Parts: sequence; structure tokens; C-alpha cells
Amino acid sequence: MQILYFAWLRERIGKTGEELTPPSTITTARALVGWLRGQGAGYAAAFADEKLIRCAINQEFCPLDSSLEGVREIAFFPPVTGG
Amino acid sequence: MRLVAVQEQDFDSGALLASLNNGATGGIASFTGIVRQNETGTLAALRLEHYPGMTEAALEKLADEAATRWPLTGCVIIHRVGLLLPGQNIVFTATASAHRAAALAATAYLIDQLKTRAPFWKAEETTGGETLWVAARQTDHDSAASWHNEAQNLPHGTGRL
Repeated sequence: MQILYFAWLRERIGKTGEELTPPSTITTARALVGWLRGQGAGYAAAFADEKLIRCAINQEFCPLDSSLEGVREIAFFPPVTGG
Repeated sequence: MRLVAVQEQDFDSGALLASLNNGATGGIASFTGIVRQNETGTLAALRLEHYPGMTEAALEKLADEAATRWPLTGCVIIHRVGLLLPGQNIVFTATASAHRAAALAATAYLIDQLKTRAPFWKAEETTGGETLWVAARQTDHDSAASWHNEAQNLPHGTGRL
């Protein structure tokens, strides 16, 4: 699936996004956060505090407990601060 | 008149307000957000990042919601992205209706919801060369949530513009 990163998550990970295939045991966005945390120091820093992680699945805001079934695009980012 | 845009360039709020004045309009309300210098004067610029595609869809949804809640004759939402200097425009919401109450309420609704339901992120670039990501504020979430409980004494709209 396509995984996108925004704001300070993007900065800490060092990329805007990537195509990844997580193991089949990773079935929720929250589990994906845990798996990504183990992908390197930048990922560990970006995903260190789960309370500050928000996500969007197929470009709609979703809770971290959302299922990854059929997901083409998932984005992780901090709470939004527009306006 | 309906316009939703995410853009780097500035906007002309006067021209936008004039464009909302059509034959059915009795009142136009607007909010213009400006990049505010901080108390210590150390803000060099704000950098606005967004999620292309999702942002536009989120703003269109807010315009639909406003036009469903209130009988609007027009609606404009513009948000700038990129590097913005203190004093420059950052966001504009405006609505038009036959009567003032709907236009004033819908304009406030749009900016309250935009702050918590559209994927924008602000970073402060300081005069010392630092980049500081702005943290979300609980008061913004409280303002957005307060509309769930708001008494609906006004006529509703059709959702179409």
C-alpha cells in the first residue's frame, strides 16, 4: 500500500511517502504504526508518541483502530493546524 | 457562487465579496485569517503544508455542510499554502444568504470546522533559522465540537449552491 507522511513525521522519516507491503498480521492502522516504528531510527522518532499520530485512509480521516483491508493509501500526520 | 481553492497566491477579499452579491443575496459575511507576528517578534514566516487531493475534498465537504445547515446563496473557502509572511492573508471564508443570521453563522461554522477537519499543518520559521511545528489547540477542537450542540433556530438549506 501507499503510505504517506506529513509535517514533522515526514521530516523525521525523511521521505514524503513510500510503497510498502506490511506482513499480513498487520491488520489495523495502529498495528501499522507499531510495525513502522521498527523500520529505523527516523521511523521510531516519528511514531514515538502515538497520542500525536492521526491518520487518513483513502484520503478520509480515520481512527487508528481502522482496518487496513482493501486500503490503497494511508497517510500519517500530527493533529492538523490549518486556518 | 461557490468557490473552494487551495493556492499559493494571495486572494482579493474585496473582489470575492463582490462576487457573492447576486440577486438573491441580502447579506454577505466573511472571515479573513492573517499570519500573526508572535509576542517576541521572532516569526520570519509561516510554512503551510497540506495533503493535496484530500484537502480540496475536505473543504468541499465543509461547503456542502454549510449549504445544508443554512440557506446560502454563495460560499467561498480559500486557504493559502507555502511560505507566508507576517501580515499576509492565510485563509478566507465567506458566505452569502438572504438574511444576516445565516451568513454570519455559516461563516463562523466554516472557519471553526476548517481548523480541525482539513489536513493543513503550520510550521513557524523563526528569525534564528529554526523550524517549529505548531501544536494543535484544544480550544480549536472545542469550538468545532460546539456546533454539534448548537440549537438550530434558523431555516435549513438544501445543500446545493
